[in-house]
Amino acid sequence: MSGPVESKRCALKLESVHKRFGATPIIRGVSLDIYEGERHAIIGPNGAGKSTLFNLVSGLFPPTAGSIRLNDQPIEGRSPFEIYRRGLARSFQVTNIFPRLSVYENIRCSVLWSLGYRYSFTRDVSKLSDANERTEQVLEQIGMRARRDARAGVLTYAEQRALEIGITIAGDARVILLDEPTAGMSRAETARAVSLIRTISTGRTLVMVEHDMGVVFDLADRISVLVYGEIIASDVPARIRENAAVQTAYLGTVHA
Amino acid sequence: MNPLTRSGPLTQWATQHRPWIAAAIVLIVLPHVPGLDGNFGRSLLSQMGIAAVFALSYNLLLGQTGLLSFGHAVYFGLGGYAGIHLMRAINEGLPIPMPLVPLAGAAAGLAFGILFGAVTTRRAGVVFALISLGVGELVFAAMRILQGFSGGEEGITANRGAGPHLLGLTLGPQLQVYYVVAFWALVAAALMAAFLRTPVGRMCNAVRDNPERAAFIGYDPVRVRFVVFSVAAMFAGLAGGLHALNYEIVAAEAVGAGRSGTVLLMAYIGGVHSFFGAVLGAVTITWLQVSLSDYTTAWQLYLGLFFMAMVLFAPGGLSGLLLMHRPIVRTRAFVGVLKTYAIAAIPAIVAVVGAIMLLEINYRRATQPDAGARMRLFWVDMDTATLWPWLAALALLAAGAFFFYRYRPRVAQAWQRASDEARAASDTPRAGAP
Repeated sequence: MSGPVESKRCALKLESVHKRFGATPIIRGVSLDIYEGERHAIIGPNGAGKSTLFNLVSGLFPPTAGSIRLNDQPIEGRSPFEIYRRGLARSFQVTNIFPRLSVYENIRCSVLWSLGYRYSFTRDVSKLSDANERTEQVLEQIGMRARRDARAGVLTYAEQRALEIGITIAGDARVILLDEPTAGMSRAETARAVSLIRTISTGRTLVMVEHDMGVVFDLADRISVLVYGEIIASDVPARIRENAAVQTAYLGTVHA
Repeated sequence: MNPLTRSGPLTQWATQHRPWIAAAIVLIVLPHVPGLDGNFGRSLLSQMGIAAVFALSYNLLLGQTGLLSFGHAVYFGLGGYAGIHLMRAINEGLPIPMPLVPLAGAAAGLAFGILFGAVTTRRAGVVFALISLGVGELVFAAMRILQGFSGGEEGITANRGAGPHLLGLTLGPQLQVYYVVAFWALVAAALMAAFLRTPVGRMCNAVRDNPERAAFIGYDPVRVRFVVFSVAAMFAGLAGGLHALNYEIVAAEAVGAGRSGTVLLMAYIGGVHSFFGAVLGAVTITWLQVSLSDYTTAWQLYLGLFFMAMVLFAPGGLSGLLLMHRPIVRTRAFVGVLKTYAIAAIPAIVAVVGAIMLLEINYRRATQPDAGARMRLFWVDMDTATLWPWLAALALLAAGAFFFYRYRPRVAQAWQRASDEARAASDTPRAGAP
């Protein structure tokens, strides 16, 4: 992105967002600014509400109260496909792909909407050169050209995670949410995933939930700490590391 | 060789559409094949063509989008009614050629697909299945009540011969009707295959696999379901229009649950995972319906058993069984596989004969007690009041089953050899038997 002053524009802005399931409050007044072009990590202990926060932002379910703005447009309570069409895509913690389609088909389906093909029933997908070129690019980016014809359901776990990211970035969304992109990966696989995330985040705004502190401190421009549904700190990695409240609430317990 | 014929646009088109051209040739030749060249054969072929369009349209829902419908006959039947009413109007002097009647069926199917689809496709899974059942019952009841429109259970008739004769087609001989059916069946199949290659068609598969994720790549799964549902209803309506043309009568049963069940059977037995499975299923079931009923009054029982066997042992259907052999068909060990099939078939047939004897004897004694104890089965007269026919049937069943199970590992071994060979032959590893 351009200058640091300009990059302070908010791609995503949450204001006192609340979510209750029945009587149980899960998100308790989260306000959060995600700057355009930054890589922002959300960390916090299990059950802190990180995935719930992602689900609220991406439209899986509506917040109980509060506002969520994407590029200054309110999106709270809108459906996933509406939010996607406004430029926000997400990946899932539990692999969420199209298991009976080939790797190639998984990606090609994911590029169709952003290229404007929508519900067209007059065009043959194999003749849509832009869709097929974009698909090739994404396959190249996630390193899966050799596996293009494999059924997504039979891929290895690491391959499915890469495909998961491929589906997320295939469209033209400028804001990307990644939910635990390296969970369950070996050290070598994690390293590959980190370099993939670094590549795909150029020119995009990235928000990720991540448990691996190595990955977080390696990738993130800023970090927010979510504990029991509240953000207790939001700052650059160096200050988060020194923050006493964060250490007692989270980092201390992890490294203990 | 003339370079034009080698790389000209026509040749290119022909290579790209080779399966379709082959299908067209087969459809042209079929009614002249000995055995099928009589009125009965041509009528059977017409029925198969109509069933194939109906089953293909059903598989757009079941196999391609994962929507299990118990009421697809609604669109077939309403298309049929649109067709028969148009035929009556033509009989009264409306100047439309009869071969275009199926288009009225398609229009009605589409209209009702849009109408009912807007409500029924909001949910998938069990809810969709149950609502489709409800709509089916509703429309069936309506057709029985609206006697003026539907003719109730007696139905409503028209004459396909009385109207303007397009290209000299009087539609008198069954052969002409067959060619009209074949033409529309081929057009419908090609259009459905093309639909599945469009963006929204590809998204049908995506929505089948994972509707939630489809929403996160920009598509509203409800909208995708609605589109495919309307398209499927349109082709079901086309099949209904063909039905009207072929039988010159449409009755309330055309929208009934029985027909909805049969099309499910066809799609499933043919195999929902491949496009042409539905054709295979439609042809097989139609043939069984027509020919089995000649031999036994218990034919529906056999149909049911056949369906159960397919669900249990070959969930991929007939097309799944065939496609399973694709990786090994070019290996040398494949001959060995075929040999084991031939040997395994002997005890299998013996067991099936035993089972049929038991079923037939029981069925006869239960349903026709007045017919007496003597009956003729497999060219043998037998007295079912004695123990011998029962013992013989049991012995055949037991011996056949025993030797079949004893021999089964040999089939598996032959398979293993063939798939090992196939794997060694190809550079990239491939799955053997699914």
